[in-house]
Amino acid sequence: MSTEPVSAAPPPAEPEALPSAPTRRTFIAATTAVGGVAVAGGVIGGSVLVGSEDAAAAVAPVSRVSLTVNGTRRTVTVDNRTSLLDLLREHLDLSGAKKGCNAGACGACTVLVDGRRVNSCLTLAVRLEGAEVTTIEGLADGDRLHPLQQAFIDEDAFQCGYCTPGQIMSGVGCIKEGHADTPEEIREWMSGNICRCGCYVKIVRAVEQTAGK
Amino acid sequence: MHPFSYTRASDTREALNAGRRGGRYIAGGTTLVDLMRETVERPETLVDISGLPLREVRATEGGGLRIGALVTMAETAAHPKVRALYPVISASLELSASAQLRNMATLGGNIMQRTRCTYFRDVTAACNKREPGSGCAALKGHNRTHAILGTSDSCVATHPSDVAVAFAALEATVHLLGPDGERRVPFADFLLLPGRTPNREQALRPGELITAVAIPALPRPLRSGYLKVRDRQSYEFALTSAAVALHLRGGIIREAKVAAGGVGTVPWKLPAVERHLIGERPSAALWAAAAEKAADGARTLQHNGFKPELLKRTVERQLRVVGGTK
Repeated sequence: MSTEPVSAAPPPAEPEALPSAPTRRTFIAATTAVGGVAVAGGVIGGSVLVGSEDAAAAVAPVSRVSLTVNGTRRTVTVDNRTSLLDLLREHLDLSGAKKGCNAGACGACTVLVDGRRVNSCLTLAVRLEGAEVTTIEGLADGDRLHPLQQAFIDEDAFQCGYCTPGQIMSGVGCIKEGHADTPEEIREWMSGNICRCGCYVKIVRAVEQTAGK
Repeated sequence: MHPFSYTRASDTREALNAGRRGGRYIAGGTTLVDLMRETVERPETLVDISGLPLREVRATEGGGLRIGALVTMAETAAHPKVRALYPVISASLELSASAQLRNMATLGGNIMQRTRCTYFRDVTAACNKREPGSGCAALKGHNRTHAILGTSDSCVATHPSDVAVAFAALEATVHLLGPDGERRVPFADFLLLPGRTPNREQALRPGELITAVAIPALPRPLRSGYLKVRDRQSYEFALTSAAVALHLRGGIIREAKVAAGGVGTVPWKLPAVERHLIGERPSAALWAAAAEKAADGARTLQHNGFKPELLKRTVERQLRVVGGTK
């Protein structure tokens, strides 16, 4: 057990460099904070230390956890309630994985943990000691897109794009698991990813083409 | 989500010690974390048991199976021995949840999962399961998906698991380890009917840990399968489901194991259907006559009056699929 009181919570071992100009995300976060409720333990120097949904508790147990995200070793101290999704988005500035339902029902938050696709919203970050996490940001090889990323562009497999990172990470898992042989099989094994725009036909096509390569 | 302390158990004894002190075990976490976020579950301490050596699937004497509690749904479904010996288990798992959730959730956690009744999940609603004595909002509420078998005036919530229906049909045994040692509980006794205490869902003693689920050997050849009827084609809970396993010799049904899901407060074994099948020759008329008994004792609510007929048809169809029509 590696918990310590919140007052002793150190900053992240590898603090993210803050951008000098406000990005779209920090702008929205800042304006939301102004218009919203002031909370203890929320945004501190641009780095959110607790899960965004759980910012109200004054004293909450925290733990230190070391994991690898997209090939980079990270050591962070998190409120035990923090999901992997919130760790990625609010702490590590990796906003590719999306928060849709936050209940394991939509798949927008899908990432790979130790090579397997999972819902990061239902994964407690504190449980990921030693784990290897791959997000949409870690999929490309430098400037060369992952074949499934390229296939989504070629097939025009999205409209609003909100579900797309989850679809692609899930598709990578689906192909790796060997469940992408037919359109029917892909539909069944990709059913954990909802697309409100209804781009399923093209999503299936993108997964099928990538699997066939 | 309420704050909680977290501890990782490095061996079974450490887990049991933490469990005895009131710690709540967490494996896949797919139900627990979701319900904690809704504040339906408010554990003070989570005991992470994912490092325990309970990940083995092995054949037992005579052709049975023992599946470790921490084997994931995906691993169980894909396991060559499970697929070869009990297709009904693989099928029930692959028709559950999503690929992501099946990669996370474990077998032990699957049978521990809590109902999807919306009133249970809504902390502002009356629910005897969540808040004993507060009443049951489902009795006069939106109860289209609720149970018709094993219900009480206190609770009409269904058990949501699919693989538990297969376990009920196959008469599995749950292996437990607690402060007082090991014990084995027949699956039929493991999940409890709601009665007046719907808050009590499993026959677990304080601090007890599920270590495995054992499937008894059945005579071979055995044909088995699972049919799930639901509002959408995939990634949805059952309105009705049927787990069927049949052993035929000399053209006669010698063994029949049948249970239904989506209709009971616990997975619903159908002994009357089984009795009707044993000793008979497969025929369309036999499937229909046997399935006619599937909804015996059903009590419907305002919005789920369709379930008894749907259940009978589900059972009939799956008997036909598994047993053939000749």
